[in-house]
Order: sequence, then structure tokens, then C-alpha cells
Amino acid sequence: MPRIANLIFAGILCVIASMIVAAVLQSGFRADSHTGRADASQFIQEGIETQRNLRLAAEGTESQETPFPVIVRKPIGPPRIELAGTDPQGRTGSVACSTCHSVRKPNLENKTVATLDEFHQGMEFSHGKVACYACHNPKDSDSLRLADGTSVAYQDVMTMCAQCHSKQAESFANGAHGGMNGHWDLSRGPQMKNNCIDCHDPHAPSYPKMIVGFKPKDRFNAPVEDHHDEKLEVKK
Amino acid sequence: MTNHPSLPIIENFSRRAAVKGAFATLGAGAFVAAISPLRQAAKNTTAAEFMQQHYTELSPEQKDEVIARLEAETKEKYGADVTIGDDRPIPGTKFVYAINLSVCNGNGKCVEACHQENNHDRATNQSYIRVLEMPKGTMDMEQGSTTYSGVVPKDDKFYLPVQCQQCDEPPCVDVCPVKATWKEEDGIVVVDYNWCIGCRYCEAACPYHARRFNWKEPEVPAKEVNPDQSYLSNRIRPVGVVEKCTYCLHRTRRGKLPACLEACPTGARVFGNILDKDSNIRWILQNKRVYILKEELGTKPAFFYYFD
Repeated sequence: MPRIANLIFAGILCVIASMIVAAVLQSGFRADSHTGRADASQFIQEGIETQRNLRLAAEGTESQETPFPVIVRKPIGPPRIELAGTDPQGRTGSVACSTCHSVRKPNLENKTVATLDEFHQGMEFSHGKVACYACHNPKDSDSLRLADGTSVAYQDVMTMCAQCHSKQAESFANGAHGGMNGHWDLSRGPQMKNNCIDCHDPHAPSYPKMIVGFKPKDRFNAPVEDHHDEKLEVKK
Repeated sequence: MTNHPSLPIIENFSRRAAVKGAFATLGAGAFVAAISPLRQAAKNTTAAEFMQQHYTELSPEQKDEVIARLEAETKEKYGADVTIGDDRPIPGTKFVYAINLSVCNGNGKCVEACHQENNHDRATNQSYIRVLEMPKGTMDMEQGSTTYSGVVPKDDKFYLPVQCQQCDEPPCVDVCPVKATWKEEDGIVVVDYNWCIGCRYCEAACPYHARRFNWKEPEVPAKEVNPDQSYLSNRIRPVGVVEKCTYCLHRTRRGKLPACLEACPTGARVFGNILDKDSNIRWILQNKRVYILKEELGTKPAFFYYFD
């Protein structure tokens, strides 16, 4: 029996010795690959770190006192009408609303496109039953008019919308309506928000239908026909 | 020469020597068998990667080394120059997401933005977001379908985008046998892709089907690789590990909005810091009808849905 014990002991020693050898070899390899790669990219990494630190330092000093603003986009100005034809000199161009409307008598009753007999024929209008001059200003056609008669510039169209859509305006003011870009943290950067008419056509304000483009090819959702389609594409 | 045999024949071959030799062979054989997985692994992973510590146990110097290595590997494999940051939580923040289901129309732009932002595999159109087309009158996401197409929104449906809910009681974290996934101070549940063993327990545990498994090495053309990366976020993941939405921590921990929010054409998505009492998120929770998904499970999501 002692003989067998010796043999087992010898065997275990053998295994341990070979494990140590392997471990030494492994760590040597590891050290090699480490130094090779680390050297090459260390400088890059340092560069990034300093840039980041500088940026953070700059933010730290300024941001606390002067947070960045929430910038709401504004329309560039009153709309201009593209002329269909050309003038005697062969020029096309665009004109302001007032070019025509200053010499025409406003029809305060008009509510639909159907009753227009000369201009704005192709326009789609589905915005309740409000008259054109509920929003457009009959006295100054290059501006809008609030319900109380106050004139409002086209750039401040949101004031106009908010008269009726106060719930949406409230949500917008609290950051719960309307698309945005930029920063959630105003101490680090500004936030840009859409205005009403970026998404809603004022004459037909319901959000347009869209077509789904991108779809993940989820293994479990892919219809069986898809496989055939793929094969066909490969053949082509 | 004649005294020596031409072949190394063991003379006086005793029983003792035979048994000794047999055991020695057995020992050597056992050792080779024991380390053979290592030899297999060496083909797929470098030694440095194999010996890497858990993220939370890395010293700053080790982190720098690891990140430099990962950047070099991305350059080598994908031909793209990327910077991998190590973005840590901003003190005093807990990120919360809210989606306005009255506005979402299921167009799927968020899904696409996530795909591009997070360097997902191009062939599978992988993304952390699924948009479910839901029958009206229920908030049970299991009744939803992701295979809708064509013109949206359909009249009798509403659309429910689902991604990681960053639960306060995350079942996925509880089941991880190697602690490769955990919840950070700002509420984001992250994965150390280099520590994950790919057992997919977390994927099974998540009631929101929010985790994704990398069945293959992601293929992303060099031009399309998003170079703004972070270790715990959108760096290109290795094959065989689980990944998930991180609220774009490589953006949000730098103060920016998540990519899915910026991509949303309807403005349905709202993101903010719930610890800031003037934040938009706080206003929504106080003023809107707010739902959470699978409330009965007690996962306490940091993701809210509302109607208005």
C-alpha cells in the first residue's frame, strides 16, 4: 500500500509542476501582448483625457451661474407666395401676402377652400370650423391676429396656437410636448425645441400618417416567407 | 555500440516502473485535457482580455489599459478610429424616461436611431427598442405585435415602444451568476461585456424582453461605426454576450439627450433627471395619467408611459 501512496504522490507532483510551467508561460505571453498594445495607444488616450478634463473644467466654472438656454425654433417670418408665372421680363419670384391682400377686400366670412374662387385653390384645410380671418389679420396680411384683435408676428405663431391649445402649450412649456434635441442637462449645453408649426401644418394640423421603414429582423418574428425572399435576392 | 540497444528499450521493466509511468502519463493527459479550453479560448480572445478583471475592480490605470486595448482592437477589426470613454454617473442624477402614448405613432425612427447609435449588427437590424402595435384598451404588452408595417398609425391600434425599463428591482441583475450586470447610482443597469459569460439567464428573467444576445460578431462598416463610445455602453460588443439599452449613457452622462429621443419625429419621448424637482419628468409624473408596464411584478421601472 505505501508503494501506491508514493505513486499517487509522484503523480500529483507531476501535475502541479506542469501547471506551474504552463502558468509561467501564460503570464509571460500576457505581459508581452500588454506592453505591445498599451505603448501604441497610450498617447492617444492621454490626449483624450486632457481634452475631456479641459472641457469639464470650463463647464465647472461657467455652468453653475449661467445655465444654457432652451432655444425654441421660430419661423423665419411671414410666408411668401411663389409666383406660378413669369413677369414681362421673364422673372419668377415670390411676393409677400400684402402684395395682393392690401388691395383686396377681406371676406371675413370665408371658412373653406371650396368658396375661394381665385387663389389658394389647392390648399388643404381641416382645422375645425374657424374662419381664415380667425387667425390671419385682415388689417395687416403680413401678420396674425389674436382673438382679442391684437396683432402677432408670424414668428410668434406659438402665441396664436396657445389661445385654443392651452393644454398642449402647458405641456410644451414643461417639456412634455414637442420634439427636442441637444442636452437634458442645461448646465452642460443648450436644448433646441421645435415650434408648433414644425410638426403641425397650421391649415391641417393633425400629425400626418407615416410609413414604417426600419424593422429589426427579430429571429422569432420573421415571417417564413422572408427566407424565400432572401434566396431570390441572392440569385439575382 | 553493441552494448547499447538501438532503440530506448527499458531494461528490467518492473511492475513498479510500469505503474509509475502509467500514472505520470495519466497526470500529464489530465492536465492537457484540463487546459484545452484555454487553448480554444486563445483563438478568440487575447490573453490580456482573458485575464481582465471585473469592471468594478479595475484600477484607473487598468481601465486605461483595457480601454486602449479595446480601441486598438476596434481599429484592427473594424478599421474605425473610435474613442471609448469611461462615463461614470453624474452625482445627484437618476435618469427616468417617459413616453407619450397619445402621440407615438409607431413609425420606428427610434428603433433605427438606436441601431445606428449603438453600433448594432447591420445584417440583423438589431436594436434595443421594440415598438409594439397594441389593441386599444389594454396595457398588457404581451398582446402587442412587432410585425406591423405600412402606414401608421392604424385607427384601432396604439403603439408601445419597449426598451430596458432600468428597474429599481431588476430581476436580470438578481439572476446573473457572475455579477456581470448591475445597477449604477443613476439608475442605469449596465453590463460588463467582458465579464459576461453569455448564459442568457438575464434575458430569460427580464419581463420586458429588453435584453439582446449577440448571436454573431456584429458587422458594422467602418464608415457607419459611431466613434463616440463608452465602455459600459455602445462600444462594439463581442460575440456571445448579452447587451441592453443603457439610456445611451455615453450621451446622457455627458448631459445630452438619448439618441432615440432626438430621432423621434412626433416628440413622444421625454427624458430627464427625477431628482431635479423642476425637471420635465417630475412635471409629467405630477400632471399626467402615468402607467408602468407589468406593475404587478414589483420591478419598479424607471420608465413611464402616459396619455394626454
